[in-house]
Amino acid sequence: MVERLQRFGSLALVLSMGLAITGCRRPSSGADVQVDGSSTVYPITEAVAEEIRDAFPDIRVTVAKSGTGGGMKKFGKGEIDICDASREIKSGEAEVCKENGITYDHFMVAYDGIAVCVNPQNDWCDTLTVEQLKDIFKLDSPIKTWKDLNEAWPDEEIKLYGPGADSGTYDSFNEQVLGKGTKIRTGYTQSEEDNVLVNGIAQEKYALGYFGFAYYVENESDLKVLAVDPGDGNPIKPTMETIREKTYAPLSRPLFIYVNLDSFKEPKVQQFVKFYLDHTAALSKEVGYVPVAEEIAIENQDKFSKLTSGGSEETESSEEASEPNA
Amino acid sequence: MNITAEERAYMERYRKHKWLLSKCFSVLCLAAMLSCLGILLLLLGSVLYRGMHYLDWQFIEGLPSRNAEKAGMWVYLIGSLWLIGLTALFSVPLGVGAALYLEEYAADTRWKRAVQVNIANLAGVPSIVYGLLGLGVFAWALNLGHSILAGALTLTLVVLPIVILATQEALRSVPGSIRQASYALGATRWQTTWRQVLPAATPGIMTGVILAISRALGEAAPLVAMGAVQYVDRAPDSIWSTFTALPLAIFEWAGRAQPEFHDLSAAAIVVLLAVLITLNMGAALVRYRFGKHIRW
Repeated sequence: MVERLQRFGSLALVLSMGLAITGCRRPSSGADVQVDGSSTVYPITEAVAEEIRDAFPDIRVTVAKSGTGGGMKKFGKGEIDICDASREIKSGEAEVCKENGITYDHFMVAYDGIAVCVNPQNDWCDTLTVEQLKDIFKLDSPIKTWKDLNEAWPDEEIKLYGPGADSGTYDSFNEQVLGKGTKIRTGYTQSEEDNVLVNGIAQEKYALGYFGFAYYVENESDLKVLAVDPGDGNPIKPTMETIREKTYAPLSRPLFIYVNLDSFKEPKVQQFVKFYLDHTAALSKEVGYVPVAEEIAIENQDKFSKLTSGGSEETESSEEASEPNA
Repeated sequence: MNITAEERAYMERYRKHKWLLSKCFSVLCLAAMLSCLGILLLLLGSVLYRGMHYLDWQFIEGLPSRNAEKAGMWVYLIGSLWLIGLTALFSVPLGVGAALYLEEYAADTRWKRAVQVNIANLAGVPSIVYGLLGLGVFAWALNLGHSILAGALTLTLVVLPIVILATQEALRSVPGSIRQASYALGATRWQTTWRQVLPAATPGIMTGVILAISRALGEAAPLVAMGAVQYVDRAPDSIWSTFTALPLAIFEWAGRAQPEFHDLSAAAIVVLLAVLITLNMGAALVRYRFGKHIRW
C-alpha cells in the first residue's frame, strides 16, 4: 500500500512539474510581426512579407489566413499585430477589442472586385443586372434555367457556383446583391477553394458563378466575365480601371489592414506597416487586385505619420472607412 | 457402393461448378488488387508527371514566394521535421510507458478494460477534434501560443493511441515463456521487462511508432485548427516559433489561382512521399536489425 502511494506520489510530482514548466511565461514566438485574417488580402500581405524579407532581413513576419472573422477573433485577444480584413471591423469585434483594451487603426490597401463568370462557350449571355443576380441567388429562386432569365436563351439548367459561407466574398456578394433580409438560396456548388469554382465553370457550358476578381485575371482564357448592370441600363465589366473608379458597382469592395496600436509602438511593426503602405500599390496590382486611388494613398501616409508622431489619441477614425462606395 | 450414371453426371457438374466458382473468386480478388494498384499508380504517376520539373535543390531549400519559379519548401520541410521530432520525443515514452503498464503491470480489472476500450476508441477520433482540443488546452489554457511545441503536443494526442495499441500488440507477441523463464531465474519484474520483454518487442514497437509518426507527418487539419500559419519567412529555430508544415504547403499551393502553383503542390507531394518512404524504410531496417537478435 505504501509502495503504491509512493508510486502515485512520484507520478503526481512528474505531472505537476510538467505543468509548472508549461505554465510559466512563454518566450517570444520569434516573429516580429504576426499577421492573420482575410484570405482575400493574404496574397498582398504575403507579397509584402516576401519583399520585406529581402529588404529588411531582420524583420521576421508570419502570415496566416483564418478569414476576416477568424483573424478578428485573434486580433481582439491581442494574439496578432495586424489583421487582414476584406470588410470593416464589425461592432461586436470592436466591442471585444475595447473590453480587452486593444486600440487599433486601419489602412485601406487595395480594392477587390467580385467577378461574375460563365463558360467561354456561353454565347448568349454577356450582361446580367443586379436584379437578375438577386433573382438567381435568392432563396427559393424561381429561376432554374437560362430560359427563365430570357426567352431567347437555352432551356438548360443554370449550374451555379459560389464561395462558401466562411468567405468574405460570400458576405460581400450577399450584402451587395441580395441586400439585407434576403436569404441566399441553397443547393448549388459552394467551395472555399476558388479553384473549384473556376474549374467548375470552365468545364460546364451552362455554368454561372462568382468569385474574387484576382481568380478571373489568372484564368482569363478559361472563363468569360459578365458585365454587371447596377440597374441604370449601363452594364460595366470588371477591369482594373472600373473597379478603382468604382464604376463597377456594386460588386467592388475595399480591403484593409487593421493594426494593433500597442504593437505599432514596436519599431519593426512600424517599419512593416510603412513598407506595406509604400509598396501595396505595385504589389496588389501584381497579385491581381486594384491599387487604391492616389488620394487614399496620401491619406494613408498622413495617418501613418500622425500615428508615429505619438498622436495615438484617437482609437479609431472611421470617417474614411465608409468612403470608397460613397 | 454403386453410383449410377446420373449421380456421376451430377457430381461432375458439381465439381465443374465448384471449380468455376473458385476461379471466379480468385479473378475477383485479382481485380480488386489490380484496381487498388492501378489507382495508386495513377496517383503517383500524375503527381510525378506534374511535379517532376519543379523538383530540384532550389525547390527544396527555397523560401516561400508568390512567384512559383522562386517558391520553395524549406520552411515547410523544416517545420515538419521539428514537429515529428518533438512528437516522437513526447509520444514514445508516454505511449510505450502506458502500454507497458497496461500489459505488464495492470491487473485485468474492469477499470483496465474500460481504459483499454477508450484507447481503442480514441485511435478512431478524427484528428480535427484533437486540433481543437490542442487549441484550447495547449495554445490557450497552458499559454503555449501557436508554437511548434503546442503543435507537437497536439500531434502527440493524435498519435498516442496508435503508439499505445501498437506497443501493446508487440508486447503481447512476446511469448509468456520468456517472462516465466526470467522469473524462474530470480529476475524482478523490472529486470524481466527491461532486459527481456522490451528488447524482444522493440521491432514491433518501432514499426508502430514509425507508422504513427508517418501519420503525424501527413496531418494538416489539427495543425490548421491549432493555429499553424501559411507563411513564415524563415525556418523555425526554437520550440516557441510560429510554424507551418508540409501538408499545409500542399493545401496552400493547390488552392492558388495560378496553375503553376498546382504543379508546385504536386512537387511538394513528391517530397512528402519521399520523407514518408524514408521513414518506412527506416522502420523496416530497424525491424530487420533487431529481429536478427531474437531467437526463441
